[in-house]
Amino acid sequence: MPLSSSAIRANLLLLRGGCGLFVSSRLASSAMLSTRPYKLHKLESGPASEAQVTSDEARKYYRDMATVRRMETAAGNLYKEKAIRGFCHLYSGQEACCVGMEAVLDRNDPVITAYRAHGWTYTRGVPVKAVLSELTGRASGCAKGKGGSMHMYNHNFYGGNGIVGAQVPLGAGIAFAQKYREDKRVCVTLYGDGAANQGQVFEAFNMAKLWDLPCIFVCENNKYGMGTAVERAAASTAYYTRGDYIPGLWVDAMDVITVREATRFAKDWCLSGKGPILLEMETYRYHGHSMSDPGTSYRTREEVQSMRQMRDPIASFRQTLLTAELVAEEELKEIDQSVRKEVDEAVQAAKTNAVPDPKELYTNVYSQPPSGQPNYRIRGIDQFTWSAN
Amino acid sequence: GGSCRSLAARLGPVCLDAASFSRRRLSFGPQFVYTPESADKSLGETSRMNLFQAVTSALDNTLANDPSAVVFGEDVAFGGVFRCTVGLKDKYGKDRVFNTPLSEQGIVGFAIGHAVAGATTVAEIQFGDYIFPAFDQIANEASKYRYRSGNHFNCGSLTVRAPIGAVGHGALYHSQSPEGFFAHLPGIKVVIPRGPIQAKGLLLACINDPDPCFYFEPKILYRSAVEDVPVNGYVLPIGKAEVLIEGSDVTLIGYGTQVHVLREVARLAQSELGVSCELIDMRTILPFDEETVYASVCKTGRCLIAHEAPLTGGFGAELAASVQEHCFLNLEAPVRRVAGHDTPFPHIFENFYLPNQRRCLAAIKDLIGY
Repeated sequence: MPLSSSAIRANLLLLRGGCGLFVSSRLASSAMLSTRPYKLHKLESGPASEAQVTSDEARKYYRDMATVRRMETAAGNLYKEKAIRGFCHLYSGQEACCVGMEAVLDRNDPVITAYRAHGWTYTRGVPVKAVLSELTGRASGCAKGKGGSMHMYNHNFYGGNGIVGAQVPLGAGIAFAQKYREDKRVCVTLYGDGAANQGQVFEAFNMAKLWDLPCIFVCENNKYGMGTAVERAAASTAYYTRGDYIPGLWVDAMDVITVREATRFAKDWCLSGKGPILLEMETYRYHGHSMSDPGTSYRTREEVQSMRQMRDPIASFRQTLLTAELVAEEELKEIDQSVRKEVDEAVQAAKTNAVPDPKELYTNVYSQPPSGQPNYRIRGIDQFTWSAN
Repeated sequence: GGSCRSLAARLGPVCLDAASFSRRRLSFGPQFVYTPESADKSLGETSRMNLFQAVTSALDNTLANDPSAVVFGEDVAFGGVFRCTVGLKDKYGKDRVFNTPLSEQGIVGFAIGHAVAGATTVAEIQFGDYIFPAFDQIANEASKYRYRSGNHFNCGSLTVRAPIGAVGHGALYHSQSPEGFFAHLPGIKVVIPRGPIQAKGLLLACINDPDPCFYFEPKILYRSAVEDVPVNGYVLPIGKAEVLIEGSDVTLIGYGTQVHVLREVARLAQSELGVSCELIDMRTILPFDEETVYASVCKTGRCLIAHEAPLTGGFGAELAASVQEHCFLNLEAPVRRVAGHDTPFPHIFENFYLPNQRRCLAAIKDLIGY
């Protein structure tokens, strides 16, 4: 386990109410944790090999990853109950990527991603209840129930995109807006290993480098584009080098601190005016591509099991924290329980909250009403739907 | 005529309480019962097949008889996400049945080139919703190759297949019907089958057709449509519509899944309204069978066109304009279209969006009562 000597120790008395137990433990308020090695492309040096992590940060990262994991499990169960229909792509296994990156970003740094978006939706500030309600098509969903799994949005979170690769030029455009407004922000543009072979991705790379856009391109490489292993789809699977003239970093994205430091490096890079940078987050998804895919016809159960047992981002972070004595085991258990409660309540809400008003079928096609046409009505809406409002 | 007006007087309003839909569990997607058909006996031995198996059979016949034929697309090697290519790689080898990377524009451009070089090329786009990156290749390369080269070159041996249409839960990006965009491209052909026997014959016709063909498979029918399909190869005519039910009062025109919805509409129109409907399956969108359509509407005097794609600029608009031009003096009422609304295909309230039986029946009432 990545671990180095702890720097500061403090004696803490933990008072346990209820059962009246006094537990005294020597917990650190921060620790230096190692990052896993990086690979560099057209970079002289890379991110730090170790980083200071406070116990507050540790708790937050653990909590966020645990919440995403439980939320995705709940989404899978809701899907099996047919409360969620259609297409649902789960993020379980990849939690360290969104949580680690979000640790360095702030809410003013825009993010855009593809359809495996629930984890990012949560870290971008959408409560679990709003994510699950969007999946079940309720009015309390973050897109009013109109987008579904692949189209979730929030301030500075541009979705949630169904068409593979289409979000990458969009991300370059958002980065351009940041630069134009001199906003001192970076745009994080995520795509997968499957999308890495889309032509428009390379068009975006070219524009970003040509115009020095503050864009962090992130390839979330989970080894499979749907059912196709990366070696069978890509002439080069070194995704972090495929930006060619854009410097790149390969990141072991099963460790949240490793991801965090890579993101810090990347953000500093972009904000110092050096143009775009490309991060390959090598990660893994436990579920199939979507709920329609069991995920075992193109990879062995042993492979999935082995990843869960040996490389799980939450379990390994938990172990790291305990070994570094940053957080007590009881606290982690409390976090787990609190997360369970939050997700359970969200599931209830997602199952019982009101469906949208029928008029949502035809609102928001244009700005409403389109300028100069106050009496504009969507053609084809019959009197039954129209009069429902 | 007069009898129809008295029918209108007898009819009450079609009741539809939109609010009540939200209070009970909605059934999703196009509502129909598939009516199996039987193949011409002369086509020989048959086997029970659903629509995806009929597609596999057509591709199997093609790969067996045409040594230049290749089949490719995303995930086709293991059998495809809709199982249309099951067993083909094992039977014909990975040189002829192979996966492409996730690059629609690349897939279609590559396919056009392969076809121009003379090979029989069957490319698959995984969902019709994903075909748009390839639209430039289709519009600017495939459809114009023969014309711009003065017949020196052509990509006629190209067929592109894609699943389309509502399925009950596809939402914005797995339910679209893009045939309207393609109907606007002189130089290509656009075909949509209604069932397994039709699917195999029309796909083989597309593959053998000397012009590039775009073959759109209604995905909801892949499993739900089952028939006894001839195992040998056979072709059905491209550019010919088919009259499925003969009638005297209203012509109903549709294609793909909507044909089956309209079958029920015709039945309900007869039993509830006493109206006799003639049902036409277009089968080919481009070039469309003008003769069959005009003959029917001139006979009945009333025309209802229905399609899932949005109303404005949908293929029904072309049909309506052509029908009124050629059948004007025979029309008892304006040509009506019942189509998807002018919105993106919705994640919620799909049942309100689709041109379902109730909406079609309401339109028939209007036609009769005009």
